[in-house]
Amino acid sequence: MPGTKEIRAKITSVKNTQKITRAMQMVATSKMRRAQERMRAARPYADKMRSVIANLSAANPDYHSPFLQDRPTVGAIGIIVVSTDRGLAGALNANVFKQTLLLMREWQDTGAAVKLCLIGAKAMTFFRRLDTPIAANVSHLGDRPHVKDLIGTVKVMLDEYSDGTIDRLFLVGSEFVNTMTQRPVVTQLLPVAEPPAEDLQEHWDYIYEPEAAQILDALLMRYIESQVYRAAVENVASEMAARMVAMKAATDNAGKLINEMQLIYNKARQAAITKELAEIVGGAAAV
Amino acid sequence: MAEPHTLQVDVVSAEGEIFSGRATMVFAPASEGDIGVAPRHAPLLSTLKPGEVRVRTPAGEELFFFVGGGAIEVQPHRVTVLADTALRAKDLDEAAALAAKQRAEEALKDRSSHISQAEALAELARAAAQLKLIAKLRKVRG
Repeated sequence: MPGTKEIRAKITSVKNTQKITRAMQMVATSKMRRAQERMRAARPYADKMRSVIANLSAANPDYHSPFLQDRPTVGAIGIIVVSTDRGLAGALNANVFKQTLLLMREWQDTGAAVKLCLIGAKAMTFFRRLDTPIAANVSHLGDRPHVKDLIGTVKVMLDEYSDGTIDRLFLVGSEFVNTMTQRPVVTQLLPVAEPPAEDLQEHWDYIYEPEAAQILDALLMRYIESQVYRAAVENVASEMAARMVAMKAATDNAGKLINEMQLIYNKARQAAITKELAEIVGGAAAV
Repeated sequence: MAEPHTLQVDVVSAEGEIFSGRATMVFAPASEGDIGVAPRHAPLLSTLKPGEVRVRTPAGEELFFFVGGGAIEVQPHRVTVLADTALRAKDLDEAAALAAKQRAEEALKDRSSHISQAEALAELARAAAQLKLIAKLRKVRG
């Protein structure tokens, strides 16, 4: 029976692969749910922070925090790119990188220099091939990123902004729309966009301990950190969703491949039997 | 629910909500000294030192939360504690920033490090396996 043994071995190997992809799909599903919960958990902090900042800047119109002020000329920009550490997540990272490259080109055309800050191992492998300087990098945050792991990386960019090395700071990451859809999004982190006017309807002045300016700057810093943290958590949710979909497709494909090979195997087996029978009949006739 | 002599207290951190509920009194480690906040306190905004936030509930219970720093916002009937999850200090932040920079530099230094080599090898193995499978299928069918 020529070939049947090889086909059988191949079917077993594809079945084993299918087992792995199915397991990965299920793991990704449960991890995605947990990441979504963490996304939700991060929301109250950002909301509270925003309303306090809105109140504070409305009550202190005479203090202009450098974090809030638009700079007239933009000589250089900073981009924080949030990517995953591992692959097998569909086009998730590729989309984020494409968006980043578009943003880079857009600003480079106006003559601005670009500085990158990379979160995730995949971004590092991709962007280090370019000549763009990389200011900071952090990877292997795991499925549960913590704010404390991001502080240093964000601080590098905040310092560059305070020193005037960069005049604008962007964040590129994946937005988790739903399980099937993840979109790359660009957010401007610095200068912080003016708080929405609706929050300011009832504002009051506070007693400050220490100075209002110090508190405002500290809060703005935390606010930006929390946005980066949110992006990191959202990226995990997106990664898991993308992996779930990719692994489901892989499992289905493996199933199709197995069916196809099973058919070929059956045909080969049948052909061998027919041939053997014909030989026996032929042999008997000859006798 | 909104009794006149209680405060709405929210203790939140970037990683999640820690506490949300009513209280008759809140104590917090403000940067200029510990403060106690009762209902109808004047609006106050202060940064916090690392320490303990104590919340006295209407039932008379006392709840303790450790905060690594952060900020507290007080309105007459509302207290919001924006807690830091990590212990923060200027030199600690500085060290973390330095580490992030170094990581970037090191990763850039060896462009042909073993990581990318391993990736290339894996890619090659995958392509070879696919070619082999295609050849085999063709032989069987053809």
